[in-house]
Amino acid sequence: MILAKVVGTVVATRKDPRLVSSKLLIARPMDPNGKPEGNYLVAIDTVDAGFGETVLIVSGSSARMASGMKDCPVDAAIVGIVDEIEIKD
Amino acid sequence: MQLGKVVGTVVLNNQNDTLHGVPLLLVQPMSSSRQPVGRVIVAADSVGAGVGEEVFFVRGKEASFPFYPVEVPADAGIVGIVDHWTIG
Repeated sequence: MILAKVVGTVVATRKDPRLVSSKLLIARPMDPNGKPEGNYLVAIDTVDAGFGETVLIVSGSSARMASGMKDCPVDAAIVGIVDEIEIKD
Repeated sequence: MQLGKVVGTVVLNNQNDTLHGVPLLLVQPMSSSRQPVGRVIVAADSVGAGVGEEVFFVRGKEASFPFYPVEVPADAGIVGIVDHWTIG
């Protein structure tokens, strides 16, 4: 899983029927210190995340294992809102 | 599977139902000479690893298998704590 910050939303009227009523957010992956890295990605939100929040994103086929995502055509899902990150050097 | 070092922990305040009770650790993948490789990832822990320990982890859907029959949405999972390794 990767840490990311929510930086925007996506609105799509025409989409796969299994994606109807699911929320799409744009997230920017970041390192544990908050520094952005890599490319933006679109992820399905399963936990009511909001703009500016730090979230946990699961990608690949595991994204379908999040509850409510069974058989949905997704490869990235937001599965948690991060409360605290602790790093020991 | 890859070698890595546990460098920290992540705490969630709002999470997907199936992630409840799953410890999440920050893992820095590393080479056999203990050099950091690539970016730090968040991994589900099924073996009770702690910060500072050297571990091996799996990527992909297999990361959720230790928690079977619960389908945990994890794409990286720590499956062993390394005692030592030798090469050659």
